[in-house]
Amino acid sequence: MEKRVFFKGWMLPAMLVAPQLIISFIFFFYPSGQAIWNSLFLPDPFGLKTEFVGLDNFRFLLSDPYYLASFKTTIFFSTAVSVSSMAIGLYLAALADRLIKGAGVYQTLLIWPYAIAPAIAGVLWLFMFNGNIGLASYYLKALGYEWNHTLKGDQAMFLVILASSWGRISYNFLFFLAGLQAIPKSIIEAAAIDGASFWKRFGTIVIPLLSPITFFLLVVNIVYAFFDTFGVIHTITSGGPEQSTTILVYKVFSDGFVSQDLGSSAAQSVILLVLVGILTVIQFKYIERKVHY
Amino acid sequence: MVEKKKSGYWLTHFGLILGVLFIFFPVWLTFVASTVTQDAIIQPPLPIIPGGEFFENYANALFRGAPEGYGARVPVMQMMINSAIMAIGITVGKIVISLLSAFAFVYFRFPFRNLCFWLIFITLMLPVEVRIVPTYEVVANLNLLNSYTGLIFPLIASATATFLFRQFFMTIPDEMVEAARMDGCSPMRFFFDILVPISKTNIAALFVILFIFGWNQYLWPLLMTTDPDMQTIVMAIDSMIPTGDDFAHWPTIMATAMLAMVPPVIIVVSMQKFFVKGLLESDK
Repeated sequence: MEKRVFFKGWMLPAMLVAPQLIISFIFFFYPSGQAIWNSLFLPDPFGLKTEFVGLDNFRFLLSDPYYLASFKTTIFFSTAVSVSSMAIGLYLAALADRLIKGAGVYQTLLIWPYAIAPAIAGVLWLFMFNGNIGLASYYLKALGYEWNHTLKGDQAMFLVILASSWGRISYNFLFFLAGLQAIPKSIIEAAAIDGASFWKRFGTIVIPLLSPITFFLLVVNIVYAFFDTFGVIHTITSGGPEQSTTILVYKVFSDGFVSQDLGSSAAQSVILLVLVGILTVIQFKYIERKVHY
Repeated sequence: MVEKKKSGYWLTHFGLILGVLFIFFPVWLTFVASTVTQDAIIQPPLPIIPGGEFFENYANALFRGAPEGYGARVPVMQMMINSAIMAIGITVGKIVISLLSAFAFVYFRFPFRNLCFWLIFITLMLPVEVRIVPTYEVVANLNLLNSYTGLIFPLIASATATFLFRQFFMTIPDEMVEAARMDGCSPMRFFFDILVPISKTNIAALFVILFIFGWNQYLWPLLMTTDPDMQTIVMAIDSMIPTGDDFAHWPTIMATAMLAMVPPVIIVVSMQKFFVKGLLESDK
């Protein structure tokens, strides 16, 4: 869609887009180009010179068991975070949608955790599960279950998934609620008159009508789990124990800044860049479709 | 009318209240921990009713840091100011450059317009985490480490707001600009007197979303601030948490966590209508 009426001249519009273009070039295109360029080089151990190695950094990464393990960890982690926060969000939204009065109050009570930084969410859950003083670990111990997420990888993974999903419920709840409220009540009523039970209606009408929003949320939540959960991981586990919670973005950080392995870190950035690029394209295909119908 | 049963009605409320409790519980515990003494925390279980040390703990956290003998004493007042400057800088910066460029894209035809549009389009959705190492080098080379400029500008480089404004401008009837031009209104006058005022709700919606985005930044400030006076509250809390069996003054830490949450939560709750609009429409 284009405007038919517009202003003349090109100096003024050039000046108007200049600030955004300049900032994008300095802080986006140049660093991204730098990441791609660096991924083709290998610095010597003393950082004195770098040697062109072509795609060797990628070849090394894709055969590095630690990197492949981190890939698997990321897929498991992001699937778990997306599915659990979407399931709870949909459950609460479906309940709130049933109410004629009071849905607004519940909305207020449920959406504010969106404002809590992932790093702070990490601190809250870390405090609850702290081995010495945490309330949750205290009662788990009383029940005879030994909790120590600093030593046990599966417990650490559970805790970072819990903290990441908790903060994400509000986002999913809000989108599902908006989606549910957009479904015309007449369709639901027609089905009810035909004798369809609540679950029958939910499965055959509501779920299919929600599928575009569900798909959109899935993509957005995966992107969230890939990147925004860095704060949760850094505060709770720092990627440990034994790398069991090192997701890809955490590995870029720890290899690049902690271990100073710049070639490998750059190659990892490029792989992430490609992954996000694919997700973005998928999402825009979806938005285009939404506009057409 | 869809059938409504009494039992179903109460079950609905019960389910929702369960959800609300799950959402509130960790924050409630944090609040309790920020109002009791250190002794009450290190001898589990933690009580679930607030204690009487509210003022003491918050005054410590804000102005003095943890009491003597518990590691570094860092007051968080300065950090909150830094967080606010960063959040507002990102918010205002993004909104201003996006309004300007969206105005140019919608209301002008100029050479390379499509190229410029695609260049900005590409920046959509690629988070700073992906290009973190080279961005750090750029900022270091520009001598912007430990500065507000360095905290703010790299996070402005994204196109979400530009797209939102572009979409909104598209829906404004052409008659508006026709009438303005007929009255001899210059482009910038049209922008300031007509376009910006009718974009008010969109600006408010973006303000909420971007303020939270800015306030909650973690990795970027963590990397580029080494000067304690430049730290933000969200990143600084990580350094307060003890690793292993170090001594930590938990009431002060938990008061800091509360202080880090309160400003963005207040904005979301008090501007809820704009927040919901911004979230649903900006799709990010």
